Amino acid sequence: MAKMFLNSYLYSIAADMGGWELFQNSLWPMILGGIKNTIPLTFVSFVLGMFIALLTAVMRLSTTKLLTIPARMYVSAIRGTPLLVQLFIVFFGLGSIGITIDPFPSAVIAFSLNVGAYSSEIIRASIQSIPKGQWEAATTIGMSYSQTLIRIIIPQATRVSIPPLSNTFISLVKDTSLASLILVTELFRKAQEIAARTYDFMLLYIEAAMLYWVICFILSIVQDKIEHRLERYVAR
Amino acid sequence: MFISAKGITKSFGNLEVLKDIDITIDKGNIVAIIGPSGSGKTTLLRCLNALEMPEKGTITFDDNFEIDFAQKPKKSVIKTLRLKSGMVFQSYNLFPHKTALQNVTEGPLYVQKKNRQVVNELARQLLDKVGLADKLNLYPHQLSGGQQQRVGIARALAIQPELMLFDEPTSALDPELVGEVLKVMKDLANEGWTMVIVTHELKFAEQVADKVLFMDNGVVVEEGPPEQVLKNPLEERTRQFIQRIMNP
Ligand SMILES: Nc1ncnc2c1ncn2[C@@H]1O[C@H](COP(=O)(O)OP(=O)(O)OP(=O)(O)O)[C@@H](O)[C@H]1O
Ligand SMILES: [Mg+2]
Repeated sequence: MAKMFLNSYLYSIAADMGGWELFQNSLWPMILGGIKNTIPLTFVSFVLGMFIALLTAVMRLSTTKLLTIPARMYVSAIRGTPLLVQLFIVFFGLGSIGITIDPFPSAVIAFSLNVGAYSSEIIRASIQSIPKGQWEAATTIGMSYSQTLIRIIIPQATRVSIPPLSNTFISLVKDTSLASLILVTELFRKAQEIAARTYDFMLLYIEAAMLYWVICFILSIVQDKIEHRLERYVAR
Repeated sequence: MFISAKGITKSFGNLEVLKDIDITIDKGNIVAIIGPSGSGKTTLLRCLNALEMPEKGTITFDDNFEIDFAQKPKKSVIKTLRLKSGMVFQSYNLFPHKTALQNVTEGPLYVQKKNRQVVNELARQLLDKVGLADKLNLYPHQLSGGQQQRVGIARALAIQPELMLFDEPTSALDPELVGEVLKVMKDLANEGWTMVIVTHELKFAEQVADKVLFMDNGVVVEEGPPEQVLKNPLEERTRQFIQRIMNP
């Protein structure tokens, strides 16, 4: 009810107002979509994705085929299929065989699986980039494989993987716009809804683009800060 | 006799790098290993703490420890062996994300699970011993090569091993920094540490070693007191090697 009212309200005012007013009036609904859905979707998917990625990377680095093969297949399947298709399988596909999941959790599942696969490659490469001497030094003071991984290798690999993982994170912010297609009312879906009433596609989609840009700009500043902090033990 | 390694055999693929090597080290003695590049010195040292797994051979410490590499040893036995020796690497291999103090405390704290206060005190003493009492909280990249290597020595000592292994500890250092590391090693020798040192510093070997081993091609060609091996070698191959090092 409230939503219909809002939509017709926006439509009526759009008719007799200039672009600037429409821009102002649509800004808050879009920001709200961002705060309520885009940002939580990004964060939750990314955090879950990191757990999946770390687990997958460690599995791929193991020497037992029982662990490496499933990990490789997972990464290959995710990297070999479009994100939009993955999203549709989780929401519409599972829904059609009786496994109904709400739009938001569906999006979280699809995005975290996707981010998990891509990031596992980043994490694996960064673990492999740590010199063999670090493993050996840890071994000679008696550390086990898992201790070495947790205390010595991963902290160093984290620094190496921050720049590429930040890029993944920023890409994810933008990719969440695909969730509009499975009915998650995130930033871009808000823009679509308003545009459908006002026909001002150019203005509204540019406005959406600007909002994404602002978010990504802020994130890239945060990225710089983190990278700077992690550099404290690196040769200058 | 304190530590003895018998019949150590190690191959990389088809290349037999160590051929049935026997070596014994008496308690408190310093054994220097010399030999041309590729002769297997590093590999032998690494076999002594199972950083490389020999295909065959045994290592015993007195009468209280034995490991037989032919019977795939258990992880716990390997770990015991590793904690019996401290390893100092040519390239230091300090943990770059940890301070000098944390590098030293890592083993006793997280492997041996000792009390943090005791460990901190021990680490301070060790860093003081190697002349770095004022560098506790610096990261490796803030230290010179010689200082890093001394942290490396303190880190190895911190697990309180019975044997110290050094693989060319000064060969990555600028010449003017070699002395400070050798001095620390001399101090350890005087304190009665048992050490095996792979080195190209023949003068140093002559000063501190009780026994010198000359290796070539995966075998011990000659062993004996430094006066013999370094000054009047019995074997022709040893003589040639020493001459080449002395007059390059
Ligand atoms: N991980 C490895 N894989 C294959 N071959 C190896 C490996 N490590 C050593 N080797 C080979 O084993 C032989 C002995 O090497 P080692 O490092 O023990 O010699 P070294 O006496 O320490 O030589 P240097 O004085 O140059 O340090 C060399 O031929 C080397 O190429
Ligand atoms: Mg060597």
